[in-house]
Amino acid sequence: MPRTLFEKIWDSHVVAQEPGAPALLYIDLHLIHEVTSPQAFTGLRQRGLKVRRPNRTVATMDHSIPTINRGLPIVDPMAAKQIQYLEDNCKEFGIPLHGMESKHRGIVHVIGPELGLTQPGMTIVCGDSHTSTHGALGALAFGIGTSEVEHVLASQCLLQHKAKTCEVRVEGRLAPGVSSKDIILALIAEIGIGGGTGHVFEYTGSAIRALTVEERMTVCNMSIEGGARGGTVAPDDTTIQYVAGREFAPTGAAWDAAVTRWRDLPTDEGATYDKAVTLDANKLAPMITYGTNPGMGMPITARIPDPMDLGDLNQRAALDKALKYMALQPGQPLLGHDVNVVFIGSCTNSRISDLRLAAGLMKDRKVAPGVRMLVVPGSQDVKNQAEAEGLDAVFKRAGAEWREAGCSMCIAMNGDQLEPGQYAVSTSNRNFEGRQGKGGRTFLVSPLTAAATAIAGKITDVRTML
Amino acid sequence: MAQFTTITSHAVAIPSNDIDTDQIVPARYLKMTDKAGLGAALFADWRYNADGSPKPDFILNTPVAQGAQILLAGDNFGCGSSREHAPWALTGFGFRAVVSTSFADIFQNNALKNGLLPIIVTPDVHAELMALVAKNPGSEFVVDLEKQTFTLPGGRAVSFAIDPFSKTCLLKGTDELGYLLSFERQIAAFESAHSV
Repeated sequence: MPRTLFEKIWDSHVVAQEPGAPALLYIDLHLIHEVTSPQAFTGLRQRGLKVRRPNRTVATMDHSIPTINRGLPIVDPMAAKQIQYLEDNCKEFGIPLHGMESKHRGIVHVIGPELGLTQPGMTIVCGDSHTSTHGALGALAFGIGTSEVEHVLASQCLLQHKAKTCEVRVEGRLAPGVSSKDIILALIAEIGIGGGTGHVFEYTGSAIRALTVEERMTVCNMSIEGGARGGTVAPDDTTIQYVAGREFAPTGAAWDAAVTRWRDLPTDEGATYDKAVTLDANKLAPMITYGTNPGMGMPITARIPDPMDLGDLNQRAALDKALKYMALQPGQPLLGHDVNVVFIGSCTNSRISDLRLAAGLMKDRKVAPGVRMLVVPGSQDVKNQAEAEGLDAVFKRAGAEWREAGCSMCIAMNGDQLEPGQYAVSTSNRNFEGRQGKGGRTFLVSPLTAAATAIAGKITDVRTML
Repeated sequence: MAQFTTITSHAVAIPSNDIDTDQIVPARYLKMTDKAGLGAALFADWRYNADGSPKPDFILNTPVAQGAQILLAGDNFGCGSSREHAPWALTGFGFRAVVSTSFADIFQNNALKNGLLPIIVTPDVHAELMALVAKNPGSEFVVDLEKQTFTLPGGRAVSFAIDPFSKTCLLKGTDELGYLLSFERQIAAFESAHSV
């Protein structure tokens, strides 16, 4: 019987399933970080359990670490304690850690693929909802809670009900100035933030095939913002070329065997999905969010919708509340709106290709007076690569802050945050109230739109600057 | 995990749709290394002024929130981040059940592992409950997990769905790790078959 990519990975990882109970799904790679793991290790210790497969577990620190003054002790005592806990736990349980001194440290969803840890056909979990990122390589990857982190540490398995599948078909070609971030923002604006609940997305179609693996990661990363458990792209030549030669990628005969397996993963002809959505890439424009969830997005040239035009009273109330928080008016355009901060970073858009795009636009240009711009590479490897290419110099000459790798202002746990009332244009993934700092207001955009906005000092259609 | 059999309680309504986990517990409270004490952080940005004083008009700061074990919330409750701190904060405050028309997947999983029952009702029932709670804030409801019923003050019982496995875990107050570890033999067999 023809099967989807999801079904193939699922079937090959079910260890056991009893009637009326969820399946035990074997986990190939468990990524952990400082914020969602401490209580799981405490649980192990209380029960006297070991980590079953330390060699299938990889730790890094990304959420609460500072992105400046790396040589100095961490100022925030709670963050310092959390980081110390992770170091102690990894040592006690024998887990490899990319700690503060590691040249490979970085955002967990950036380093996994970058190091070749993430491979097609794998099951990958992490106590972080953006684990969906890894699906870009044809893995089944999703976020879990801390109880589940404990389960996977102890048993290398997860109890899971099989998700439904949804094909997201994107055909056509992206116009200049339109990027993979705009694909995913347009999708979420279309289906809403609960549109994918209970489903794993598989992105298909010519526009997805044409994307690089890094661009696919941006799309898969925000699958969770559409409510989906995960997002996947079937592995192809692009994927295989991406994985080849990376530090933890198989080599020699093991590589050949792996590639043979990976070639079998794409969805069979005739396989069916539980649901399908289509998007026309030819018609996409640069996207921007105007509200307080990622589904409140529109083409950058559009005007903010009017709550009174919404028939559903709950949706009307939600939009009304969002616009009050954002201090925006119905019918108002966002083009030309002032911004205080521009943030380029996060597991969505902090990879070398994102930085190249932004730097390409900012070369010999300046950040507008009064605008603060932060550029935060996703990993130390990305940072080193960018510096080797001189991208850091472009950003610094423009007047931007060039920082150390980390989650930074995407989640504002480390001191990188907005002041109340400030507007930020951000390449991150969430514009929830207070996400980038209490009272801060976020517009989600692509790296190109962020760079264009930094230069102009107000929200700008990058297509006018190309 | 705390056992869940029946609860009888009034409800607190926060009618907003799409309440994300950043609202349930803002990220700055995620730096703690244990589970306890998060009740005070529940809905912190909606609940407290900048100086830390409570906002008197926010429902959790009003007398009706005292002793309430049921939260009635809008569609798609718990979307966003995977933080289990969200159910820790809700149970820390005293909630044992959340009633909505839909829940985000990860939140629902996390809630079930912490003795917090997500109850999905139809939009019609949801609207009726919202109206009832607005009119009579002290109205008492009965949640009976064994029977899978949510009973309104007039005695009308609305049934709700829950997967049988989670139901058993909640009724017994056992967590899932013991169950998982009982499959040691199968896990080892899987690992050797897949040269893990």
